[in-house]
Amino acid sequence: MAQVGAWVGAVITAPLRGFARLLDVPLRVWQRLAGQNGMAAFFLLPNMAIFGIFVLFPLGLNIAYSLTSGGALFLADRNFAGLGQYQRLLTCADYTNLLSCQEDQFWTALGNTALFVVVQVTALIVLATATALILNRELRARSFWRAVFFFPVLLSPVVVGLIWRWILDRNGVLNAGLVAVGLDPVNWLLDRNFAFAAAVGVTIWAHLGFFALILLAGLQAIPRDLYEAAEMDGTRPARVFWRITLPLLMPNMLVVIVLALIRAVQVFDEAFVLTGGGPGTATLFLTQYIYEVGFASLLKNPGLAAAASILMGGVLVVLTLLQLALGRRNERKAKLK
Amino acid sequence: MTKHTMVLALAASLMASTALAGDVRMMWYSDGVEGEVMKDLVARFKAENPGINLILDEVAYKVVQEQLQIQLEAGQGPDIARVTNIKTLAPHWLDLTPHLADPAYWRTNFGAHADWMRVDGSDAITGFMTQLTLTGGFANATLFEQAGVALPGKGATWDDWVNASAEVAKSQGTAAAFAIDRSGHRMTGPNVSYGANYIGADGKPAPVDAGTKAFAEKLVGWVAGGQMLKDTWVAASGSTYRAAADDFINAQIPFYYSGSWQIANLSTKIGDGFDWVATGSPCGTAGCSGLAGGAALVAVKYTANPTEVAKVMEFFAREEIVKEFSERTLFLPAHAGVAAKGGLNWQTADKNVGAALDVFVAASADILPAAAALPAWKWASPVYGALVNRISQVMAGELKLDEAFAKIDSDIAEQVAAAK
Amino acid sequence: MSAVGTFLTRRRGGDRWDWTDIVTFLWLGAGVFIMFGPALWLVLSSFKSPAQLSEFPPTLLPYEARTAVVEGYDKPLPLFVVTDDSGTRTLAEVRRVGTIAQMVDPENPATMERINIANRTPDRAVGFSWGNYLDPFLRFDFLKYTQNSIFVTGVATLITLLTNSMAAFALSKYDFRGRNTVVVLIIATLMIPLSVILVPLYSIVSGVGLINSLWGVILPTVATPTGVFLLRQYMLTIPDELLEAARMDHASEWQIYWRIVLPLTAPALAVLAIFSVVWRWNDFLWPLIVLSRQEVYTLQVGLNAYAGELNVQWHYLLAMTVITMIPVVLVFVFLQRFITAGIAGTGLK
Repeated sequence: MAQVGAWVGAVITAPLRGFARLLDVPLRVWQRLAGQNGMAAFFLLPNMAIFGIFVLFPLGLNIAYSLTSGGALFLADRNFAGLGQYQRLLTCADYTNLLSCQEDQFWTALGNTALFVVVQVTALIVLATATALILNRELRARSFWRAVFFFPVLLSPVVVGLIWRWILDRNGVLNAGLVAVGLDPVNWLLDRNFAFAAAVGVTIWAHLGFFALILLAGLQAIPRDLYEAAEMDGTRPARVFWRITLPLLMPNMLVVIVLALIRAVQVFDEAFVLTGGGPGTATLFLTQYIYEVGFASLLKNPGLAAAASILMGGVLVVLTLLQLALGRRNERKAKLK
Repeated sequence: MTKHTMVLALAASLMASTALAGDVRMMWYSDGVEGEVMKDLVARFKAENPGINLILDEVAYKVVQEQLQIQLEAGQGPDIARVTNIKTLAPHWLDLTPHLADPAYWRTNFGAHADWMRVDGSDAITGFMTQLTLTGGFANATLFEQAGVALPGKGATWDDWVNASAEVAKSQGTAAAFAIDRSGHRMTGPNVSYGANYIGADGKPAPVDAGTKAFAEKLVGWVAGGQMLKDTWVAASGSTYRAAADDFINAQIPFYYSGSWQIANLSTKIGDGFDWVATGSPCGTAGCSGLAGGAALVAVKYTANPTEVAKVMEFFAREEIVKEFSERTLFLPAHAGVAAKGGLNWQTADKNVGAALDVFVAASADILPAAAALPAWKWASPVYGALVNRISQVMAGELKLDEAFAKIDSDIAEQVAAAK
Repeated sequence: MSAVGTFLTRRRGGDRWDWTDIVTFLWLGAGVFIMFGPALWLVLSSFKSPAQLSEFPPTLLPYEARTAVVEGYDKPLPLFVVTDDSGTRTLAEVRRVGTIAQMVDPENPATMERINIANRTPDRAVGFSWGNYLDPFLRFDFLKYTQNSIFVTGVATLITLLTNSMAAFALSKYDFRGRNTVVVLIIATLMIPLSVILVPLYSIVSGVGLINSLWGVILPTVATPTGVFLLRQYMLTIPDELLEAARMDHASEWQIYWRIVLPLTAPALAVLAIFSVVWRWNDFLWPLIVLSRQEVYTLQVGLNAYAGELNVQWHYLLAMTVITMIPVVLVFVFLQRFITAGIAGTGLK
């Protein structure tokens, strides 16, 4: 299998290698003409061009949308409204009473999302680290075990939500199990705390393998002799974890934290299919709010949806900057060593 | 030539090359077997009209509901589409009148619903209803019989039905007495039966009135009292649609308020499990109204081939085609001629089906004017959305009823203001 | 591979079981149950008939009602297990009127019995509804959809790997003004869910004429900020000294990227490749908007024709979901070997 793999890999990469060789000569000329900065520009160009057209530009347009009102979907047909949409989102007659807010469900969604991010990311990282540590042990059939935990990542989010809804539903498998052992069925998804926990659990279920894999790659890159030395010194395992494993895992951990945060803030498909935002509004998250306002309802309000997304994006950018600053401090520390 | 116009020209040429002369694209979603029936009919159309290349693009309902509007506003989209949101999108439909061989046939047979799919004040012919739907109840006759409870007869009120069902539920140990689909559309028939009228004097949404309040209060009470299945409405938020059909199919509720479109679904899934009957809509203080609706096949005005589009529409609007389509899909026909002649030969072995369809046909006579006006009213959908969103919050214990009514009013007012 | 061990893996004191072994054992056991269980159940459910799918309590295996051909009746009759005062036996149902079923003994069809339906349960045997899998293939052009899906997934993944690794190289190994701005920009946009920029994105894609084109699906997704971020973080760990040494040997910058950095990034590239394949294969929301003509449908768009307004034909949807899962599973099984091989082969210490 591995040999076949190497062979297929070689076949795929052969034309690419030829292509790369062809590119070398003109690029040497370019390098001489434009210098290091020119080369940096060359490497960045393809990605940034696509990125600019299909990500940045729409984002810019999105800001423009947030300043307009009306039901029309295309910018040219919309009316300028200044900061009216932001005002509507943020205005409350009485800031101690959520209900008095013009868009009370925006605030509910904001609160739910914040709580979700904190709980889900923490739990996810702890579980992913534990899984990675265990998968890094000397196990028989390690690739099988890795596949076990990775498997749900292969499912589309909608399918994930559905599977679990069929399990947790009043008519679901879990209740069938309870009935079979003589207990009363429980209406799981009608319990606010349980529904919230289910949203957290299912999103962890779906993404655990993704993050554990990244951490595992980091663990495997840690030189073995470090551990051997520690063992010789008789260092306790917990201390080894905190002093050797975790610091050396930091680059991968940073990737995991940032990506987990982003995924958590954007939580939508799995949770939406599972709980539909209920019971009541207990699991109504920001993305669902935006989706409802901007797309799902028959009278769409793209301006309000855009404003909400930009507020959300703003919070996220601040979070990321914090993360990056942290990462840079670590980088510098690593360099000093 | 500026860059902008160049891009536009390029785009236009690309698009022109994809829309060949004689191509007609029809966007179609399916709830059940109608996609397969349509495929047969399309094949027959093509055999009859070799010059017209009719292509059926089968899509998810989500596409019709959420994405078609984006395409239409960009001046794109299919040539013909099967749509439910026909009033809001009416400005995008093509007036077929000049292209039709016999507009009078259309006005006679489909005229009753023409207003549902054209802008206010227009007399255009834009398409026809592929099926009519009517909200109404279904009862599990077998459960009622086992419990020894008589099915409430004609003129029975909502309270009668809920009490009788509760008695059945108690004796048979079902999960609850009844359920209504989670949808503002579904609770509107009952609201109107209690005297509600959503439409204000100015044609804009009126504030929540006594009729809506009366039924909403009952509904909330039934959820709190355990008569109504709690999960259907509470285990979701916003305007998410949730049907309780599976609970009825599993004999978990003796009474289920949904609509005529469920008939085929119930027939396949219940099979011989139990006897079920359609009940029409239970009565309120003002009447026993359901709410009509359905999906229409409409022509899109951005088509490059209006003549061919009209040919296609004429084929599918033919009396014998409408009849065959209805018989095979178990849909109520919207064609006045077909409906008047009756004698539809429903393609099913299930004896419950024909009886149920007959009940719905009879119940359409009970639709009150305040409900009859809604399908052609363009503000109906924000009202439905606000109702289901807020009332389910009351059921979940997040809001009080009066708070919810105030919120419904302000939600609707904001939506109306925002849509300008 | 098994030689890669951590301190924690050593069983302390030889053969004695350490608590970490027990934790490992429990963790992996629970993992199989929790991770595989639901998916296995999905596969089993995909063989159930529509009626069985909405049944409570749900059964683990798909069942079909048993029928028997009884003398004197044209059609096979459904069998039921009847338990009442006269014991338990299997009877065939002729018809049901209200709560009373008229049943006959298949062996002795002459005598009709009247049985209360509360006293009978359907006699069923395990049976698979293969129609769930076959019908969609007869009805839709799934071969074409599969081709489109493979094209989108393959091309998008190749472009993603190339452009993202180039950008990540520039962002990790060059010092130029505005570098941090670009990084922040990329990461900031990571945050924006696609659903938020749908409308502006649609107007741009339609502006460049890519509606109903597979390129309209591919291009907006390939500049994934996630990929750039992942690769950049990985490339930061490659020592600059390696690059300097190559420059001393007059290697061009392109050669450095192609011959040195890229092979060293192989594990991260493999990870990104797996994710890219999974993401593009499962992409749903965006293709649904761009592709509304059946000749350009991808699998995910095609199978969603089963999702109607008021009813969803779950039996077909589930079966097709299982089918669409197979290729991704294969890709994973195949590529995950590269990850381990990649890590072992890089000499990255």
